[in-house]
Amino acid sequence: MRITVTVDGTKFTDDVEPRQLLVHYLRERLGKVGTVVGCDTSNCGACTVHLDGHSVKSCSVLAVQADGCEVTTIEGLARDGNLHPVQRAFHDNHALQCGFCTPGMIMQSIDLLADNPDPDEKAVREGLEGNLCRCTGYQNIVRAVRDAAAQMQGGAGPEAEQVAGAPATAGGTQ
Amino acid sequence: MIPAAFDYVAPTTVDDAVRALSEAGEDAKIIAGGQSLLPVLRMRLAAPSKLIDLGKVPELRGIREDGDALVIGAMTTHYEMQHDPLIAEHASLLALTANAVADPQVRHRGTFGGSLAHADPAGDLPAPALALDAEMVVRGMDGTRTVPAAEFFTDFFTTALRPGEILVEVRVPKTTGWSAHYEKFNRVAQAWSIVAVAAAVRVEGGAIAEARVALTNMGSTPVRATSVEQALVGREATPSAIRDAAAHAAEGTSPPSNADADAEYRKHLARVLTSRAVSAAVGA
Repeated sequence: MRITVTVDGTKFTDDVEPRQLLVHYLRERLGKVGTVVGCDTSNCGACTVHLDGHSVKSCSVLAVQADGCEVTTIEGLARDGNLHPVQRAFHDNHALQCGFCTPGMIMQSIDLLADNPDPDEKAVREGLEGNLCRCTGYQNIVRAVRDAAAQMQGGAGPEAEQVAGAPATAGGTQ
Repeated sequence: MIPAAFDYVAPTTVDDAVRALSEAGEDAKIIAGGQSLLPVLRMRLAAPSKLIDLGKVPELRGIREDGDALVIGAMTTHYEMQHDPLIAEHASLLALTANAVADPQVRHRGTFGGSLAHADPAGDLPAPALALDAEMVVRGMDGTRTVPAAEFFTDFFTTALRPGEILVEVRVPKTTGWSAHYEKFNRVAQAWSIVAVAAAVRVEGGAIAEARVALTNMGSTPVRATSVEQALVGREATPSAIRDAAAHAAEGTSPPSNADADAEYRKHLARVLTSRAVSAAVGA
C-alpha cells in the first residue's frame, strides 16, 4: 500500500506492507535509526516519536496509519547544528547512562512540556510514566526536564515542529 | 516482533466501514487506536485476515451535546476526553478515568470506543460507562440500534456487538454539577487495574442525593455496585457514612484470582477503594 508521510520535515512516498510497524518503516526504510526498538511490547517508550505533534509509541502504530501525517523523530529536533533545548538539558544534566531510552525520553519530555510548560517533579514523573530507564537513571532525567522547562519557558510546543511546504521525496531517500 | 500478514482498508465513512466489515467476513478485525490490538498482533495472539481502520472516518470523532446527553464519537481519544470542556462540565467521571489509562503515548492513540468494544475486564473506561448509564449506538448492515451499557458487556472481552456491527458513538446522560472520582489500584506505572472504582455523586445540602458506583476487574465484566449506591443515598457526605456504604462494595461480585491478587484480596480492595473514591469525589 502506498503511503505519504512527512518525517522530520521531508515528505516521503513509499509502498509498504500493511503489517509494517511505523518504527520499522522509520528505521529500515528511511534510515532514522535514532528511534530505537526497546521492549517490543508497548511498555518501554524508547520508540516514542511525535505523530502530528503528539507523542506515540511507534512500535504500536502501523506505518499505513501514519499515511498523510507528520512525524518528528529524535533526528529532527536539532536546528542548524544546535541541539533542541531538551536535548541540551539532557546533556547538561547527565540525564543518561547507557542512552538507550534517551530518544524516547526526550520526545516524551517535549510532549509533556508542550502540555505543561512548568511541571513540578510529580508532573514530570507522571508525564514520563510510559518511558522506562533500565539503568534507573530517573533522578537526572527529572532534573533535565525541569531545567529544560526553565530554559524554554513554554516555547517548544508541537507547532515548533510543523514544517510548512515540505519538499516531496519518493522511494525512501531524502 | 512483526504481525502476521493481513489486508488493510481505511474507509472514510461509517457506511463504507460497515460494508467492508460485512464483506470481509468473520476473520476481519476493526482497528481503532490499536493500542490493545497491535500488541496482540505483534505477539501473534491473533492473526486477522483483514484490518478495517476507522482512523480516517471523520464522523466517528467529536463530542456534542444532544439535550440531556453528551454524544461522544467512538474514535474520540483518551487524550481528547481528558481535555474536552463539554466532558469536564457534563461527564467529569469520564475525564478523570481517561487520566488513569496507561500512559500519555497510549492516551494519544487509544480511543473511547475501542476500549469499550475491546471489553477488557481490567480496562478502565467500561466501569464509568456503566456507572453513568451510557448507551452504545452501533451500526451494521441492518441499520442502527442502541444498547444500554448494562447489556453491552457480556463476558471477558465480549460485548453485545453482533458480527458486522461497529460501535459508532456513545450517548452519556449528563451529570452536570456532580462530583466524581476514579480510584485505580495497580502496582507499577502504566499497569492495568488490579481493581478500580468509578464513582459519581450528587450532593445536595451536605447529603448524598444520587450516587453511581461501578467496579473495574471485579468479574468478567464491569460491575455496578448497586447496594453501595442505595446505601449512600440520603446519607450525610461524611467519611464514616461513606465507609459504611462502601462495606457493600464486594456484594454480588466474582473477582478473579491470579498473580496480581486473589479473589478475597480483590473484595477487600473493592471496599477500601470504593470508600476512597466516594470520599475523594465529595471531598470528605
